Amino acid sequence: MDDTRLEGFIGNLLRAGVLLAASVVLVGGVFYLALHHADSATYRSFALESSNLRNLVGICKSAAHLNSLGIIQLGLLLLIATPVARVGLAAAGFFLERDRLYVLISLIVLAVLIFSLAHGT
Amino acid sequence: MTALTFSLVVGAISALAGFLGALTGLGGGVVIVPVLTLALGVDLKYAIGASLVSVIATSSGAAAAYVKEGYSNIRIGMLLEIATTIGAVLGAYLAAFTSTHIIAIIFGLVLIQSAYQSLASSQSEADNLVSSDRLARLLRLGSNYPVRGNRQEYGVQHVPAGFGLMFGAGALSGLLGIGSGAVKVIAMDRAMKIPFKVSTTTSNFMIGVTAAASAGVYLSRGYIDPRVAMPVMLGVLAGAYLGTKVLVHAPVRTLRIVFGVVIAVLAIEMIVNGITGKV
Repeated sequence: MDDTRLEGFIGNLLRAGVLLAASVVLVGGVFYLALHHADSATYRSFALESSNLRNLVGICKSAAHLNSLGIIQLGLLLLIATPVARVGLAAAGFFLERDRLYVLISLIVLAVLIFSLAHGT
Repeated sequence: MTALTFSLVVGAISALAGFLGALTGLGGGVVIVPVLTLALGVDLKYAIGASLVSVIATSSGAAAAYVKEGYSNIRIGMLLEIATTIGAVLGAYLAAFTSTHIIAIIFGLVLIQSAYQSLASSQSEADNLVSSDRLARLLRLGSNYPVRGNRQEYGVQHVPAGFGLMFGAGALSGLLGIGSGAVKVIAMDRAMKIPFKVSTTTSNFMIGVTAAASAGVYLSRGYIDPRVAMPVMLGVLAGAYLGTKVLVHAPVRTLRIVFGVVIAVLAIEMIVNGITGKV
């Protein structure tokens, strides 16, 4: 394992994560527009949306009920998870390279990300 | 405007934003926020939320291709992400308490300076090529990148200054929902003396991780609305894919000019919006 191979793995992971997230968002989007294409679209004033679409459990529940907005949010969660997984994979890759310093650096970044996601959602 | 028209218009604008974002390392957010708020009358909070999503999509979508080309430097990116993620979490929390128009004005002024620098030095074709200083050698940050079919070695300097600037870049990202790729590129290209193409691609690579650090806070605050974020994300991805194809063949000089002009437009937008209290 060297940096070039590690970067190759990471590149593939990012592409797969983004494609998966985009596919889920696209399915949700098509579903949403099929049902609501004639709805009025004004977002002039901020109104706090249903808490179902603002946390992990709520998003998974609405997606499981095939709610179109829930499916889109699930895709966006997958998108947010992609860079987090990237940092995790980099940590594993540096571990295989026996590069302790960069394992530590990657784990610090991962800890900050998990803290903010756990705290926020 | 119906939901269908809105989605198509926002999708087309986002494709353009993604193209520019990938080309310059700025991320799509810098174009998304002003267009959604000024042209389409979308509330700033939704615009910022959709922008943050677009920033993650641009970064991850384009990075997948850059990584294979061998421009981005994973060690530099990971080390500096400590600074950007901590900055982004603080920025996202501070957003609730800080008057953002004052920060927007200061940021706009900083961007005018960097736009000037970027345009003034566009005469020079030469990338930074320095030897690493002591701390950079200790952290093994130097590497090589492809130049006309060969691997060109480069070094890194002034790591603490770059680290400090990256903390600021992260805080601005969390505060305004942008990738703040401009500040990231300045930190690497200007402060750390890293070659421009390595700086822009590594910046693009880092933007997604930085944005993910504030995404949790944004989601729980309701800034990420699926009806706004859906066309933004899909449009940006399509544009970013095209932008990546162009970057690999673009000369440094053209890049700097494009970069300078985009920063100048962004600076004016930031200052005007800051003064009128829109940001």
